[in-house]
Amino acid sequence: MKLFVLKTALAGLMAATTLGVAPAFAEKTKFEFWYGLSGDLGDRVQEACSKFNASQNDFEIVCTSQNGYDATLQNTIAAYRAKKHPAITQIYDAGTLDLMLSKAFIPAKKLMADNGYKIDWNNYFGGIANYYATASGELQSFPFNSSTAMFYYNVSAFEKAGIDFKPDTWEHVEEAARKLKAAGYECPLGFNFDTWPLLEQFSAIHNQPIATKANGYEGLDAEVVFNKTKFVDHVKFFKKMQDEKLFVVKTKQLGMDIVPAFTSQTCQMIQTSIADHGTVGKTLPEGVKWDVAMLPVWKGTERKNSLVGGASLWVMAGRPEAEYKGAAAFLNFLGQPDMVQWWSTVTGYIPVTKTGFDSMKANGFYDKAPYKGRELAIASLTYTPTSENTRGIRLGSFTQIRKEVSTSLEAIFMQNADVQKELDQAADRSNAILRRFEKTYAGQKLN
Amino acid sequence: MEKRAVFKSWWLPVVFALPQLLLILFFFYWPVAAVVNWAFTLEPPFGGPAEFVGLANFQEAFSDPFYWNSVMVSLIFATVGPLFAISIGLVLAIAVDRQLPGSGFFRFLYILPYAIAGPAAGMAFRFILSPERGLAATLNAAWPDIWNPAKYGEHALALVIIIFIWKWSGYTFIFLLAGLQSVPRALGEAAAMDGAGPFRRAIDVQVPLLAPTLFFLLVTMMTEGFVGADTFGIVHAVTEGGPNHGTEVMVYRIVDEAFKGLNYSGASAQSIILIGLIMIFTFIQFRFVEKRVHYK
Repeated sequence: MKLFVLKTALAGLMAATTLGVAPAFAEKTKFEFWYGLSGDLGDRVQEACSKFNASQNDFEIVCTSQNGYDATLQNTIAAYRAKKHPAITQIYDAGTLDLMLSKAFIPAKKLMADNGYKIDWNNYFGGIANYYATASGELQSFPFNSSTAMFYYNVSAFEKAGIDFKPDTWEHVEEAARKLKAAGYECPLGFNFDTWPLLEQFSAIHNQPIATKANGYEGLDAEVVFNKTKFVDHVKFFKKMQDEKLFVVKTKQLGMDIVPAFTSQTCQMIQTSIADHGTVGKTLPEGVKWDVAMLPVWKGTERKNSLVGGASLWVMAGRPEAEYKGAAAFLNFLGQPDMVQWWSTVTGYIPVTKTGFDSMKANGFYDKAPYKGRELAIASLTYTPTSENTRGIRLGSFTQIRKEVSTSLEAIFMQNADVQKELDQAADRSNAILRRFEKTYAGQKLN
Repeated sequence: MEKRAVFKSWWLPVVFALPQLLLILFFFYWPVAAVVNWAFTLEPPFGGPAEFVGLANFQEAFSDPFYWNSVMVSLIFATVGPLFAISIGLVLAIAVDRQLPGSGFFRFLYILPYAIAGPAAGMAFRFILSPERGLAATLNAAWPDIWNPAKYGEHALALVIIIFIWKWSGYTFIFLLAGLQSVPRALGEAAAMDGAGPFRRAIDVQVPLLAPTLFFLLVTMMTEGFVGADTFGIVHAVTEGGPNHGTEVMVYRIVDEAFKGLNYSGASAQSIILIGLIMIFTFIQFRFVEKRVHYK
């Protein structure tokens, strides 16, 4: 309670103070951009802002980190309610539907058209753009920092264990795990209870629905169905592998999460974001050979494209007209091929436009270490054109649904709970969450 | 005969009280009013028309078995944590109060944990007591799963309570030491001359005279255990409510639902229940425990 009140008050206060410093006499139009990235990635965003400010004389963008995706969404909401919100805000994938239903934003297409920019919207990769577009394909926000999940494996360990095939199917992964175990590796594959690779990416590439109504794109009355798809068998497979000590749980509660487990060579295979590519390369000792691959599929599966993760940029409604000119200029600036390449190089996020990707490929960016392998993320995202099950996930309160699933995974893998029973319960609870969300936005339709 | 200075005009005292009243109004009553409003509606995050739903938010909370689980977890947390924090603070305060060599150093040492933010302490303890990498790793190697807060809810709950105690013992220590120092030395000396050892003197002389301080600490610490920023901070940094709801205290659930799930209305309803629960507890404490406290 105390915290609740305090946080709301603080968010309001923060908004008030940051906006209080309005220009005394403004030659340049100032506008604000709030983002959630912090640390090294946050510094890179600041750099992008200074590049924009140095590139022209009409506008000045003021960029403020809110330290975390959920804090950014929360602060944007608090500021919007107090009418002190920024012109641009960075919202993570799971917050997309909340923004869409808020009526608090200006659609990407409209903003650029109003301000006289001609954008080739088809230039965005379909697998990325559709996550942030309406069911009819209208892009609502600007894809910014995008990633997808990849399969990381330690090639040196594979060689030592005499594995001469690639981990491209789960059958191969199991065989590799057995060989690694036989060669004395304690943790052939490390995993945690993050639903993003295990449920979301798995379902997309195996063409399995997570919810009805095209994963929620066609209506707020969608219901989750992950307790009735191949996902259940997949969890059972993981459980069996865990029982045989081939797949090992690695969480920070146990002492080490999966990425440090991989970089310390404790575990030889993990599934994680392509955004970790840079960290892994920097942290693994020199001489250790490693590689990334697209997430494995079950043998005989027709692979589909994987889902995009990360965040997009939303332009908020209710700001002075002049700020939108600046916002449009900034977003146009970010879309230039050289900026796309710079952003992708320094962060590890993938380029979101085809021209950006092509120019990087032409420059030989992907040909050598440490960037070699990152092109596979694009290959994975664009493997097939998006379809009902691979367009994205448009479910309300999706953060809570993720939590229900990861809690049930925790019960299954840590406390030996029954797989089907736990997933059924997670699905029931998720559906209750969806119904409440639907009621909160009663009368609203997804277009 | 007490001398009293009385204000002649009615407005002057009001003016003096005004800043405080405004603070309370803006930072307590106003938010509480908003919370009450939200608790009976379905509030969309970005504002806009909210449907009145009566008691539905409360019914939803009460019909959720995990909600009752969180009440239970909170009750355990807010009784076990404060009781140990006060007992340990008391023992340390009595020891330091004896003014043996080095007590100045120990006084400083015992206060120190209180200066560390709960989440930071939580993060440190998560590493120190992690089952596979920390101090417990050797224990676990000999007896598998003898300590595994990532697996057993009970262990995880013990872990977060230990961190709470570690930090708040320093706080109770400050109050109890100050209380002890106002106990007339003559009483302790007289008892000593009658042959009472340090232990006897503590039980029969010092603790009874500390009753008001102990009562104050009991009330504030239990409130802290229920709604304190540290209670949330520690759980958030160490277990995130897990494993499988094992450490999901009420305040963690509320913050999580409100700020991650954007379910403002459900969180508001739970906030009101929590406020009510604290009121009941404080009432019980004043009604039944305070009777046995003598202030003079």
